[in-house]
Amino acid sequence: MLSIKNLHASIEGTPILRGINLEVKAGEVHAIMGPNGSGKSTLASVLAGREEYEVTEGEVTFKGKDLLDLAPEDRAREGVFLAFQYPVEIPGVSSTNFLRTAVNQVREYRGLEPLDAVKFLSLMKEKMKLVEIDQKLLSRALNEGFSGGEKKRNEIFQMAMLEPTLSILDETDSGLDIDALKIVSNGVNQLKSADNATIVVTHYQRLLDYIVPDYVHVLYKGRIVKSGTKELALELEEKGYDWIKEEIDSAATV
Amino acid sequence: MLYLRSQNVISLNNSPIMSKDNEILEEFTSKEYEHGWSVNYEADEAPVGLNEEIIKWISAKKEEPSWLLEWRLKAFRTWQEMAEPNWANVTYPKIDFDKLRYYSAPKQSNKPKNLNEVDPELLAIYERLGISLNEQKRLQGIAVDAVLDSVSVATTFKGTLSKLGIIFCSFSEAVKEHPELVKKYLGSVVPMTDNYYAALNSAVFSDGSFCYIPKGVRCPMELSTYFRINAANTGQFERTLIVAEEESYVSYLEGCTAPQRDENQLHAAVVEIYAAAHAEVKYSTVQNWFPGDKNGKGGIYNFVTKRGICAGDHSKISWTQVETGSAVTWKYPSCILKGDYSVGEFYSVAVTNNYQQADTGTKMIHIGKNTKSRIVSKGISAGKSQNSYRGQVQVMKRADNARNFSQCDSLLMGDRCGAHTFPYIDINNPSAKVEHEATTSKIGEDQIFYCNQRGIATEDAVALIVNGYAKEVLNQLPMEFAVEAQKLLALTLEGSVG
Ligand SMILES: Nc1ncnc2c1ncn2[C@@H]1O[C@H](COP(=O)(O)OP(=O)(O)OP(=O)(O)O)[C@@H](O)[C@H]1O
Ligand SMILES: [Mg+2]
Repeated sequence: MLSIKNLHASIEGTPILRGINLEVKAGEVHAIMGPNGSGKSTLASVLAGREEYEVTEGEVTFKGKDLLDLAPEDRAREGVFLAFQYPVEIPGVSSTNFLRTAVNQVREYRGLEPLDAVKFLSLMKEKMKLVEIDQKLLSRALNEGFSGGEKKRNEIFQMAMLEPTLSILDETDSGLDIDALKIVSNGVNQLKSADNATIVVTHYQRLLDYIVPDYVHVLYKGRIVKSGTKELALELEEKGYDWIKEEIDSAATV
Repeated sequence: MLYLRSQNVISLNNSPIMSKDNEILEEFTSKEYEHGWSVNYEADEAPVGLNEEIIKWISAKKEEPSWLLEWRLKAFRTWQEMAEPNWANVTYPKIDFDKLRYYSAPKQSNKPKNLNEVDPELLAIYERLGISLNEQKRLQGIAVDAVLDSVSVATTFKGTLSKLGIIFCSFSEAVKEHPELVKKYLGSVVPMTDNYYAALNSAVFSDGSFCYIPKGVRCPMELSTYFRINAANTGQFERTLIVAEEESYVSYLEGCTAPQRDENQLHAAVVEIYAAAHAEVKYSTVQNWFPGDKNGKGGIYNFVTKRGICAGDHSKISWTQVETGSAVTWKYPSCILKGDYSVGEFYSVAVTNNYQQADTGTKMIHIGKNTKSRIVSKGISAGKSQNSYRGQVQVMKRADNARNFSQCDSLLMGDRCGAHTFPYIDINNPSAKVEHEATTSKIGEDQIFYCNQRGIATEDAVALIVNGYAKEVLNQLPMEFAVEAQKLLALTLEGSVG
């Protein structure tokens, strides 16, 4: 479904991603871990099409299409969803209004009829249950004054509404309390199918107890330096990143 | 006590904080002005130029009583002594008042008695503007007075209104049918000598709307006037007078458009509102005069004086304006809070794009005790435009416990536009409480990206964000107008914004 080959990206001339290779197939869950500043959010942003990042080398195909060739909104319409590490506030725009615009633009791209108000609201009701999000939150301005956890929950609610094929969750677990973590993970699991895939970026093994990954990758200095199964996450939890850093850094100096 | 937050004068020619923003912003191509067509109809015109003969010509044309002609001439003589104001934060070439035409009316052999007699050409113009004057077709229950160039073409729903004693008609008709009311209130809120353009208007005004709500009557429908300038080289000088007697209520809407032309056209209107005790008047404007093309050629000079007086205790006047058009706007809808416990409100969204310049705001003059005013101004600047808020809050000596709250926000798109705030505060009573808040922000690239990431195209993202920003003001508009205003905001910004 997603194939990343030798992806290099930089921001304002500073290289951040230095040759990422990753294959994600339908039905899979990939976890990406790695120390702060290693480039995890950058990878997510580049996949979503954020313009500040310049792709200097490599290619990305998504469902057979050249992803890097698509405008950000078309990537979303093709089914790429990014749950942001820091969701932005949009004052004065209610989540409901925002999502209705989003859902209908995505539907239009996919050749579907727009949802009328009634159908839209019933879809909202259904998806609200999935992540147990409060109606009141959705009638407020988007993310404005939301608590950290509320923002993250709202991201997953939006994901449920948009039914993406590839979801990238950037530290969705940070900011969620223990109960919310379970609820949100449960929602993500219910949205999983044989036809879609999930990339979860996280620092904590705990999330991976709920959303069980098929593969775990370690990103360091803009490269995937280690890949394994869910046991790798346990090992990292126990030992931290130093042993990997040492391995890489000493190899680099030789 | 005086609360004053933020600086007095905030002038911001914004800096290149987010250069990437601008690239997105500039990618957009200019959207043509949607109402930019003109129609050839036979017009009844005054000769070009301005002198006492022309004024007499206009007055005679309108079969006016002599007191009104005298009033006009007096205004004209005063105007001749006055100088064009230059304090506003706008620049434009000097207007040659002798090259303008001051009266242009669509030719009709006899004034129509009802809509069936109105020239179908004219009705078609309004249909194209989305204003159906055809009563049968109108379901919204809004009474409309349509003014084309200089004269009022037709007023709908007259019958329904007159049963309640409400008078809603063209200004010329009011002069003929209700001279005592016109004489009593004309110039009572905006004196003919008030300012340069008000004086000019007083001398040459051609038509406009008149509205009178008798004591204790709540007007059951929105009253609406649509102004359109059609003829070339013709100034439009309309006059609106609204009188709300004790315990009455009316909501009044004003919409404007003009065709696309290379030359600049002058529009200098005067609106006067009188509110007696316990009366409430809501006045909403969606101003969409032709703003000029994307290179700044053409467009309307919109120099308007709007003022209301809360003459009686517990009266209320509320101005709401959505200003999207005009090349240059100079406009300060104001409230004189004379009655005790009277309330003045001003809600404004002013959008400027390309080379548009707007200097707009309000004056709240607290004279009575326990008077309250509220100002909410949302400026949006894009392209190379200049957008200024200019507001004055004045608390007179005997205005005990006056309260004012002002919120002035500016939103910038790109880094070649300017947003300026000029709040003037003049307090002469120690019990006054005046609060002023001001913010300046840029439309965030991260906000647009967030919308994009959810599948929303940039253009629609901007519309969403801008409408969210202006929501507090848009919420003040009657439903139907709010929808139109939202579309207009998006349309105005499509030219330059990403
Ligand atoms: N505008 C910029 N200019 C220079 N460096 C930048 C810029 N934006 C991001 N970076 C750098 O890119 C690197 C990768 O950042 P990124 O946000 O992708 O890290 P991350 O792996 O998501 O970290 P975290 O775990 O803290 O979320 C960081 O060192 C960051 O400082
Ligand atoms: Mg990150």
